[in-house]
Amino acid sequence: MADSPRRRPRPLGQPTPETQHFWDGTKAGELRLQRCNDCGHVYFPPRSLCPACSSRNVDVFSASGKGKLLSYVINHRPHPSFDGPYAIAVVELDEGPTMLSNIVDCDQSPEALVLDMPLEVTFEDNGDLAVPLFRPRESQS
Amino acid sequence: MTVAIVGAAETTELGRIPDMSQIQLHADAALNAFADAGIRARDIDGVATAGESPVNIAHYLGIAPRWVDGSSVGGCSFMLHVRHAAAAIEAGYAHTVLITHGESGRSGVGRGGRGGGGGSLLAQFESPYGSMGPTTMFTIGVLRYMKQYGMTHEQLAMVAVVQREWAGMNPRASYRDPITVDDVLNSRMIAYPFHLLECCLVTDGGGALILTSAERAADFPHKPVYILGSGESVETPMVSQMKDLTSSQAFRIAGSEAMRSAGINHGDVDHMMVYDAFAHLPIWGLEDLGFCGRGEAPAFIEDGNTRPGGTLPLNTNGGGLSYMHSGMYGMYALQESVRQMRGTAPAQVPGAAVSLCLGVGGMFAASGCIVMGNELP
Repeated sequence: MADSPRRRPRPLGQPTPETQHFWDGTKAGELRLQRCNDCGHVYFPPRSLCPACSSRNVDVFSASGKGKLLSYVINHRPHPSFDGPYAIAVVELDEGPTMLSNIVDCDQSPEALVLDMPLEVTFEDNGDLAVPLFRPRESQS
Repeated sequence: MTVAIVGAAETTELGRIPDMSQIQLHADAALNAFADAGIRARDIDGVATAGESPVNIAHYLGIAPRWVDGSSVGGCSFMLHVRHAAAAIEAGYAHTVLITHGESGRSGVGRGGRGGGGGSLLAQFESPYGSMGPTTMFTIGVLRYMKQYGMTHEQLAMVAVVQREWAGMNPRASYRDPITVDDVLNSRMIAYPFHLLECCLVTDGGGALILTSAERAADFPHKPVYILGSGESVETPMVSQMKDLTSSQAFRIAGSEAMRSAGINHGDVDHMMVYDAFAHLPIWGLEDLGFCGRGEAPAFIEDGNTRPGGTLPLNTNGGGLSYMHSGMYGMYALQESVRQMRGTAPAQVPGAAVSLCLGVGGMFAASGCIVMGNELP
């Protein structure tokens, strides 16, 4: 279980038929992305078509869960679900897509949060949904 | 010019479709229409829709439009879209327009509407991480910009300092007392690296514009301000999905369209407004429209080019940072461009004949750009 700055349940969305595979994946401990079988484009967030070439011929695959810290802010205003200040980050996955997340097992400070630091996914069980978060990793692992 | 419909299709199924969310119904119909017309999303340069935001539809399908219509007036919205699209195609604003509808009226799957309900991509993939609207999301690319181009915290603060200088000349500005870089950096931290004085105000207000033909304009009491050119675009409803966190695709498309349609070069612009919800917006605007090279706008502002007496007077009402910001500030940016072109602005730029006004919608989700002039083109 990740050491998270969260104090009350996160505001969760509702899976749709097109995103269900993603949330099934996080429950199973997998970060699932989609790839186009026609043009090879890898994309996120989930949808039943390729945004690069309009093909419906797309597959779901389990991603490495590795990425790097692309950018972030540290929010100082109160949020009902978080003990602030807490970082909201854009993670660039090794497979290419970016996604929003929180960085856990890490001080929420500019000194500790260094751009381009290697990250790996971890999953936080929130009852109905498991939410993908990221934590620092050794660059060789 | 006569405009024609060259592709038309409904969703693959009709009736009860519990396995598709509302946005996927839009997309399913669009993909069928693409197949009917023998084209793909990349061939589309105009998007119109109702019930969902055209930002959502363009991003979902992978369209980078230069014309957008989200007119939403009920069930006849699509008739209005057809009419608006015909005018746009005639005007050369778009070559190929996609109009979509999708509604999970029976199954109620992912019925988000424009704001996005629980099934929206935003609710699923951004809200869980404690995003709190503009202060946390508009600002999220700035650390990346700082690393990429070496912008300092002091240079970001300088944007607010310069705009306060303009506000000091404007009796209607909310904040008029001069500030220093230290004042900005010592103001309360809102969302690192953004301090209070680098965030826009929250005020009440309103504005309105009236347009008519240049022919009729002479019958009105004020010196006419002419629309010389315009541009628009959308990119994504989610900041985390911008193709480049340090640049707005919507700014680039809207800005280049506006300048091209106005037939002007950068040197022709005497006055500029860039919607400044946060201090980095003018930097993005100056670079995305090519007034500065990549990474050069912070020094351009620091060197005084945008301040009173500078080479490119920018946000001369004081901007969203000091003048006012009600939430949809674009109207006030337009009002200041009109005042400058009429020659009636409190901080009038002497001899200004061309004003470029760049707006942002959502958090880099959309952009509109208007070029105004005080002489008939």
